[in-house]
Parts: sequence; C-alpha cells; structure tokens
Amino acid sequence: MSFGLSEVSVRFGATTALDHITFAAPRGSVSAVVGGDGAGKTTLLGCLTGAIEPDSGRVERPAKRLLGVMPSTSGTWRDLTVDENIDFVARAYGITGEDLRAKRGRLVAKAGLDRARDRLARQLSGGMRQKLGFVLALLHGPTLLVLDEPTTGVDPVSRVELWGMISEAAAAGAAVAMATTYLDEAERATTVLVLDSGQALASGTAGEVIGSLPGTISVVDRPADPRRAWRRGRVYHEWHPGGDSTSAQIDSDVDLEDTVIAQMLRRREHAST
Amino acid sequence: MWAMVMKEFQELRRDRRTMAMLIALPLLLLVVFGYAANFNVSSIPTNTYGPQAQKVADGLKDPFDVRTVDPGGSRNDAETAVRDNKVDVAIVSQSSGKPTALIDGSSLFAAQSAVSAFAMSGGQVETDVLYNPELKTSWVMVPALAGLILTFIGVIVTSLGLVRERQEGTLEQLAVMPFRPFDVIGGKIAPYFVFAAVDMVLVTVLGVILFDVPFNGSVVVFALGSLLFLLVLVGLGGLISSLSQNAGQAIQLALFVMLPSIMFSGMIFPLAAMPWTIRWIGYVMPLTYFINIAQGVMLRGAPFTALWLSFLVLAVYAVVVFTAAVLRLRRDLAPNVKAQPRQDVAAKTAVAA
Repeated sequence: MSFGLSEVSVRFGATTALDHITFAAPRGSVSAVVGGDGAGKTTLLGCLTGAIEPDSGRVERPAKRLLGVMPSTSGTWRDLTVDENIDFVARAYGITGEDLRAKRGRLVAKAGLDRARDRLARQLSGGMRQKLGFVLALLHGPTLLVLDEPTTGVDPVSRVELWGMISEAAAAGAAVAMATTYLDEAERATTVLVLDSGQALASGTAGEVIGSLPGTISVVDRPADPRRAWRRGRVYHEWHPGGDSTSAQIDSDVDLEDTVIAQMLRRREHAST
Repeated sequence: MWAMVMKEFQELRRDRRTMAMLIALPLLLLVVFGYAANFNVSSIPTNTYGPQAQKVADGLKDPFDVRTVDPGGSRNDAETAVRDNKVDVAIVSQSSGKPTALIDGSSLFAAQSAVSAFAMSGGQVETDVLYNPELKTSWVMVPALAGLILTFIGVIVTSLGLVRERQEGTLEQLAVMPFRPFDVIGGKIAPYFVFAAVDMVLVTVLGVILFDVPFNGSVVVFALGSLLFLLVLVGLGGLISSLSQNAGQAIQLALFVMLPSIMFSGMIFPLAAMPWTIRWIGYVMPLTYFINIAQGVMLRGAPFTALWLSFLVLAVYAVVVFTAAVLRLRRDLAPNVKAQPRQDVAAKTAVAA
C-alpha cells in the first residue's frame, strides 16, 4: 500500500504553498522531500498527517493510530525523563505491561539511549533528543512515519545512527516520508521530491533526479556566468543549460546537491523571463 | 540607541495586546476604578418585622432602603432574611419598647454604615450585629482572600500549562496522538485542580486558625462551592492557555481576570456602593459568587438553599469556560481544519485503515 499526495494544492491567502504536488510514500521505503526554507516541505508533511487540509487534490494516509509523526522540534517533553516520555506515549496508544517493557527496552537500546533513561529530555544532547523523538514516533508501530527534518542540527555520528533507525523502520515495512535540507542524506532515500516555492522541480530516484537536469555542470576556478555558479569548497560549480562546457571541465560526479541548486536556478531563470 | 528604540517600536506595533494595555488600559482603569473605589454604601437593603413594622419603616431614612414590611413577622424571620443575604438589616419591633436592628456583620461596609446611621438617630433603635459582632475586617477578608489566592494560582498557573506545550512544539505531537481535545484540556488541568483543592483546604484552615474566623456552616456546602469555583478557575486557565501563543500573552490575559476580580468582586469595595454601569463587571467575575458562598457558609452559617443561585452561576460558568476551551483547542488539535476554510475546497481525503 502506498500513502501520499496526488495533485495537491494548498494556498494560504495569496501565497501558494503547494502547487499540484504529487508525492508517493510506499511502504517499505524512504521517500524524501527536499528544498530550501519556505519550499513547502512542512506544508506537504502537514497534508500527509492531516494537520493541513489541501485546497484541492487527494491525500492517502493511514488511520490516526497508525500514523507516527516526529516534528522538527523532536516532539519530546523536556521535563520528562527518557523513560517517562516513552511511557506517556505508550499509554496514549494503550501499550502497557510486558509489551511496553519489551518495546521500550528494544528501542532505547537501538537508539543508544539505554544509559540516559533517567535523564530529562531537556538534558539530552540535540542528537539524543532527536533519537528519542524518533523512538516516540515509532513506538506504536505506525505504517506511515512522517519525519520533519529529523537530522537538522544533529552531530554526524547521531545522524548516522538516526539513519540506521529510519532504514530499519522502512525495512520492517513502514512507509517513511521525511523532509530534509541535507541533500547527501536525501540521496539515500528511495525516492526524492525536490520542492521550490511550492513547486515540484524534479522527482524520482536520486539517479533519476540527477539525470533529469538538462545540460552539464562544470568545475571551475572562475565561473563564466556567476549567475549560474555556486561555490563548493575551494572551487565553483557552474551549470551550462546547453551543455556548452569543455569536456575537461565537466563534473563527472554530479550529485543531488548540484542538481537541486541547478534546478532552482533554472526555475528562477524561467520565472524571470 | 536610536536603532534599539526603533526596533522596540516596530515590535510593539505588532504586539496588539501589549499596545492595547499600554494605551487603552490606563484610561479604562482610571474611569472604572474611579467609580469602583467607594467605601460609602448609599443604599442598605432593609426589612422590618413585628407589630410596628410599618411605623419603623416610615421612620427610616437614607441609606436604608426598605424592601419588605411584615407586621406578622418574628425575630426568626428577620434572622433568616439576614442569614440568607436577602437584606443587610432586618428591624424587629414589639408592641412596645425599642425595635432591634439585626445587622449583617458579614457585609462589613453596609454594617458599618448601618451602625453609624442608627447611632446618629439618637438611639431610637437598638442594634445587634450578627455573624461578626466586632465588625472585624479579617473575618470578612479571609474567606474572600482564600478565593483570591486560589484565583491567582488557578488561573495563572493553569494558563501556562498548554502554552508550554505550544512553545516546545509538543502540541503538534499531541494533535496526531489518539487524544480528543477534551482529553488534552482535562488531562492538562486535572493536576492543577488537585493542587488548587489542597491549597484551598490549607488557606481556609490556616485562615480560621490564625484569624479566629468562625466556621458556622456546613463543611460539605463549603467544599462543594469551593470545588465548583476551582473548576471554573482551572477552566478559565485552560481557556486562556488555548488562546495564548506564549507565556507573556497568557499572563496578560490572566491579569485581565485577576484585576477585575480584586476590584469588582466586592472583596475590597462593596458592590452595593458601585453604580450599575460598572457593578455588572462584578457579577461577571466568578470570585464574586465564591465570596458569597464562603462568607455565607463560614460567617452566617447559610444553608445551600440560601446560596443556590451562586452555585448555579458557578456551574454554568464551569460548563461555558470548559466548552469554550475545548472548542478553541479543537482548532489546534483537530486535523483537516484550516484557519480560514475556503468555499471552493475540492480536496478529498482518503483514510486507509
């Protein structure tokens, strides 16, 4: 079964937050939505969870009890300990007794929180708090997991651990829909939707998204057209819509980050003409 | 510094509640409190009983406002009228001799005015101050203060509860959990209700012990009134919480309940001395009704039948504030609701089991 949005539009007054967006989140896979600030990622996830009603389009989601959500703020109760957070959410879903003990033990160990069980959530590091938030979203065995920038502000090691948990949840059969600003992470997702100002720039597997960009990208010390160039490390990457770069300069290792930036530049060029 | 001043003005301009407090509130407070701050009771509800009831009534001048003249009535009838807060003064006459004015000492300012007026009349009427013979301020203030302290704790502390969920981002987490808005409001305020109930017992017992305030009535009636009052307070706190985006807003709104409660509930300034243009504010405040119950039970030993109207008002109040809080919170918690629903919505939402 697949959850997701089909041709969904959302308007807030005169602003179009989502413009005929289609986004599929099949069970057993991780579907990422990427884009800059204000792209519409959180609105899309809001439609998926039911927090926002679209103006038009269709949404497929599981029943509320089978929905797991992790907001960008982690969704943990700061003045409760790790165990108390888990117990509260478990009680809300009617998970008690041996079932609760088994789930709590397994998830806490997997999240590396077993030595912090008595620590208040506000005393946890950012990464630990995000992992606790993920545990809370996963606790009741949802069929759709909606994660809003779960790794933002998290240290690299915790990011790897969180991704391990996300992948495991998908492997166990959950549909995972996540928003992220980290494009290297998005490449690990089964499918990616690139959003900019509420519009879909590209979608598909990371390879398909990268392949959908017309023209070539070159790596140069000094760009010929600064409006189509961006800095990565010590060099510039420059997009050539007509493929008019010299072969020596062509970046043979174009990644999702290059593609997304180039797609955004492309859209803005179209919008201004 | 100029940059700082400009920034502050820009922020204030967008904070409408603070702007309203800064501009409108001082004017409102001056006008309203100017009228409220009056200790002189110009009208004292009075009944006369006994064979000379009519003669006594005819002889009464301001500030006495004769409501009932009952030539067949007895001292018992007079005491009941005062106990049940029907009047502040009941004058009982016999066939001969001086009539006796029974004065309700729990209505402190009215009683002081009555005693003073009778003294100036040259001793034509004997006075008997009931329920607070020495006209002690503490006896009247302790039951009212218990209510005020509870208003402070109940409204302000409770109002911060939901706001914290909103500020920490856990309200959206609650929205997707299997809770109804009533579960969230009820669950949030239940602990505050318990603590406020314990506070109520402590404040009342301590007030009775420290200030020798009598407790003449039924503990059960007092407990029932207190619980109803606390329910209103935590409900108001919940409503304020659901209307506020942050702690500052919650406290501002709570103050809008606190200030009129102090000024218009009759705790400091007698309601009877206020013109009706502002007196109605007192009748909107739940503290007014609690004070009526607390002073009635503790000082006058009034039974439930004499206080039923205050109980009824508090019960209606509780239902209204809880319903309003739940409805307001439903907007935040219930999915599929946009702030401004559109007429041309064509969205179809499918929910798979």
